[in-house]
Amino acid sequence: MADRKSHQSLTPEEQKRRRSRSLALALTLGVLVLLFYVVTIAKLGPGVLQRPM
Amino acid sequence: MSTMSNSLVQPQVESLATAGLSQGDVSDFFALLKPRVMFLVVFTALVGMVVSPSNVHPVVAFVSLLMIAVGGGASGALNMWWDADIDAVMTRTRKRPIPAGKIQPSEALAFGVTLSVGSVIILGLVSNWLAAGLLAFTIFFYVVVYSMWLKRSTQQNIVIGGAAGALPPIVAQAAVTGHVSWDSVVLFAIIFMWTPPHFWALALVKSGDYQRAGIPMMPNVAGPDATRLQILVYTILLAPLGLAPVALGFGGLAYAIIALVGGFGMLALAVQVYRLREGEPAMRVAQQLFGFSILYLFLLFATLLVEHGFGFFRPVFG
Repeated sequence: MADRKSHQSLTPEEQKRRRSRSLALALTLGVLVLLFYVVTIAKLGPGVLQRPM
Repeated sequence: MSTMSNSLVQPQVESLATAGLSQGDVSDFFALLKPRVMFLVVFTALVGMVVSPSNVHPVVAFVSLLMIAVGGGASGALNMWWDADIDAVMTRTRKRPIPAGKIQPSEALAFGVTLSVGSVIILGLVSNWLAAGLLAFTIFFYVVVYSMWLKRSTQQNIVIGGAAGALPPIVAQAAVTGHVSWDSVVLFAIIFMWTPPHFWALALVKSGDYQRAGIPMMPNVAGPDATRLQILVYTILLAPLGLAPVALGFGGLAYAIIALVGGFGMLALAVQVYRLREGEPAMRVAQQLFGFSILYLFLLFATLLVEHGFGFFRPVFG
């Protein structure tokens, strides 16, 4: 059924809403990546970047 | 629930949704999180953190608070999914995204479950698993115990269900200290005891709404007079409980004054609600109690936040 809809043209309003949902999802994922990075540094400390080889 | 709620959403949205296309805007999904409740969760959780001495990294504390907020929002979304049928017949809730036809029940369910699982796992990884377990219990209690079971079956629904709304300070303290102490239990008790007079004051004003939705709120089942008595009893218990942080030593001088004056204010209004039983004055004073109860709780927690978060703590004893 999703295929059938994908062949139909979306109204400008539907396109706008889909775009805003996609942007919000992308932003959420970006924030999560940043959050995990910052938490890793906070928990392990900056020394994690200076490990002896 | 789902059969009834499905029949309530707009037919056009139904057809688009079955074609695999969501109709919700970002703001609709945000509304599913019950932002005002989420604010209360964040606020009380933040106070639970600042009254707990800990040396946890600020980033860890911030992310923990964020996950508690997301968990609270997720339980709001799951509550809206389950209660879509009764939300549609109540004036206060009929514009929510599901009854308004903007979001499908299945979308709200998926959204709520994803955020619930995500917030619990991230809180566990970032802080500790005691806090994560408490957050999971809070979500379970609000969605399953309150929304699915108690809300439609007993007049004590909001008394027991109020525990879910009172848990955030305990979760927050566990997140930053790794344990639960009497300080956060007292904060839990204050919110728990505050919930019945707060919601029953609203239920007195909106009893027609709850009657139409078939929810056994206290005024509809036991009657308005019995509700007024219960409001008075709970407020008599709440006012001295509000001073418990002073006795435990984490409520300072400013808090003692606010708790004392606010407690008297709550008592005065509860007595008025008990005495005025007919017509417009009765409704007006119930509405005043509802409004003042929000201010009372806000001031109690805001004072603790200022005392501990900004170094204004002045002990009452010694």
